Amino acid sequence: MFDLDLWKEILSALKKNRMRSFMTAFGVFWGIFMLIIMSGAGKALENGVMDGIRAFASNSAFFWTERTSKPYKGFQRGRQWSYTNTDIEYIKANVKDIEYLSPRLFGPRGYEGDNTIRGKKTGSFNIYGDYPDFFKIDPWTPLKGRLINEIDILQSRKVVNIGERVVEVMFDKDEDPIGQYLKINGVYFQVVGVIKGETRVNIGGGRKNETIIMPFTTMQKTYNFGDDVHFFSVTSAPGVPVSRVEARLKELLKSRHKIAPDDMQAVGSFNIEVEWKKYMGLFTGIQILTWIVGIGTLMAGVIGVSNIMLVIIKERTQEIGIQRAIGATPGKVIMHIVAESVFLTVMAGYIGLALGVGLLELLNMALEAASSDADSIFFRSPEVSFQMAVGALSVLVISGILAGLIPAKRAVSIKPIDALRDE
Amino acid sequence: MISLKNVHKSYVTGSNSLHVLKGIDLEIETGEFVSIMGSSGSGKSTLLNILGILDNYDEGAYYLNGSLVKDMSEKKAAKLRNEMVGFVFQSFNLISFKNAMENVALPLYYQGVNRKKRNKIALEYLDKVGLLDWADHLPNEMSGGQKQRVAIARSLISQPKIIFADEPTGALDTTTSYEVMEMLKEINAGGITVILVTHEHDIAAMTQKIVRLKDGRIDQIIKNGDLKHFQHQYAKELETA
Repeated sequence: MFDLDLWKEILSALKKNRMRSFMTAFGVFWGIFMLIIMSGAGKALENGVMDGIRAFASNSAFFWTERTSKPYKGFQRGRQWSYTNTDIEYIKANVKDIEYLSPRLFGPRGYEGDNTIRGKKTGSFNIYGDYPDFFKIDPWTPLKGRLINEIDILQSRKVVNIGERVVEVMFDKDEDPIGQYLKINGVYFQVVGVIKGETRVNIGGGRKNETIIMPFTTMQKTYNFGDDVHFFSVTSAPGVPVSRVEARLKELLKSRHKIAPDDMQAVGSFNIEVEWKKYMGLFTGIQILTWIVGIGTLMAGVIGVSNIMLVIIKERTQEIGIQRAIGATPGKVIMHIVAESVFLTVMAGYIGLALGVGLLELLNMALEAASSDADSIFFRSPEVSFQMAVGALSVLVISGILAGLIPAKRAVSIKPIDALRDE
Repeated sequence: MISLKNVHKSYVTGSNSLHVLKGIDLEIETGEFVSIMGSSGSGKSTLLNILGILDNYDEGAYYLNGSLVKDMSEKKAAKLRNEMVGFVFQSFNLISFKNAMENVALPLYYQGVNRKKRNKIALEYLDKVGLLDWADHLPNEMSGGQKQRVAIARSLISQPKIIFADEPTGALDTTTSYEVMEMLKEINAGGITVILVTHEHDIAAMTQKIVRLKDGRIDQIIKNGDLKHFQHQYAKELETA
């Protein structure tokens, strides 16, 4: 039912009291504005962090070695140890519920001085020896050329995949790196692919775009790592919780390397499933907090509206008395006041919503403009969901009705004669 | 038209109860021009409010146009007020942010008449009270007499059977008072019952019937023929005062 007269009445009443209407509306505006901004910022933090790990296979776990912390079977505590090729073979042969298993070697670290040379150019990069299965656990995309494959492993080819930063440092601007050679720790390797990580978290630290990946077998032979394996990643078979696989592997590795079963330190591991849950909990918490604070601010605004409506009613007691003396029914009076309140609340709320979303959009543009180096950004794409906006608007309408209903009830509880006498 | 039988009304404020009307019996026929007089506190405004269904009463019976008005729901009362009666107040009670035309049109708004139509009718009524040129003016741009004429136009627009006027001349000077009274007389001549409350004898003397209240009871009812006598008595009261 659209009643033009009702709206004209409301607008003229609000226009009569510009300042008061504005101040009242501002309370609601601010509430919804804050709700949107906080929620958007929370979401941005979530996007920033979650984008960094989202591409990780969610059923993956990672293993490394630490010094032992307990003496066992004649060994002292503090023993340094390493996984071996036979461990990997044993696991592949005997442990079920594993989908992919990818051992890794860490080459000489970049911070020990420049490790990569090409002509007059030198650079210090993170060098890894990996299996192709690794790309299924921590995905990389080839920008040029190809990824390391099984044949590279079998033939221990001296080929590498390199990150974008490596290309920048080691090659001229318009040079095609594919087929070129890099001298890495004294040995020449042919570049077969330029790759980009889909996750932003780099295992082992350092920047993801400063990575050089070569076949695992090549690295083990070339740099005399013998039988050692520094690190390996696994994913559990579909439907099997990776935590269970992780526990089983730890137990197995401890027994194979004569480590005390209750040594909590020696086998280092990390499990995406658990981290994922931790993050999800964190961001759910942030969202809940946002709503609590936002709704609280909004409530303050709504109470402000209700309060102002009470004052308006008080000021207009006589007017309402006149209206009722000349035939306005209580329903009509209530309708009028509630409509006025809802109008004020929704108007203010809508502006708050629009400005909040607008500001987030601006922030997003600024962030994107500033983020040529996307790896380091942990705050991205601030946004509010459509459901959130609809939810906020329905909260506004309902609270507008409530804010109007109390003063309206009061207005009609005054007898017209008392209202008329009020001067 | 109006029939009151032993109507009582008290106001309760805290523990005090003020018995304002102590049994009013009154008959007013259609087309009468009646004034209610009395000193302040005699209950004349209360009586008018009860007659105008703005207030309720405690005891007795009030028949308006043959139907009992008692313990009515506010919605029904509002409808009845809108259809049956028009009000004119001492303080005009125009809505300050609406212009003369809109003020006059307001009762029709509550009857659900559309804007165009009711504004047209409002202009007709403004013309009747001689304020057509003032249709766009806000109440605070008009004199007291003009405001009261707007209020009268407003009370007439719903074509009521009765006009209730609570001290319609109370805030006006003598000349404009008489103008307003002339207007009310005209309305009465058109067949509408007019009931007004006043404490001015000269104003009351222009009506056909004076109901004098004293301490919540009807003290005296003076019919048309006795008005000369009343004026005489009024003069004597002035002398002794």
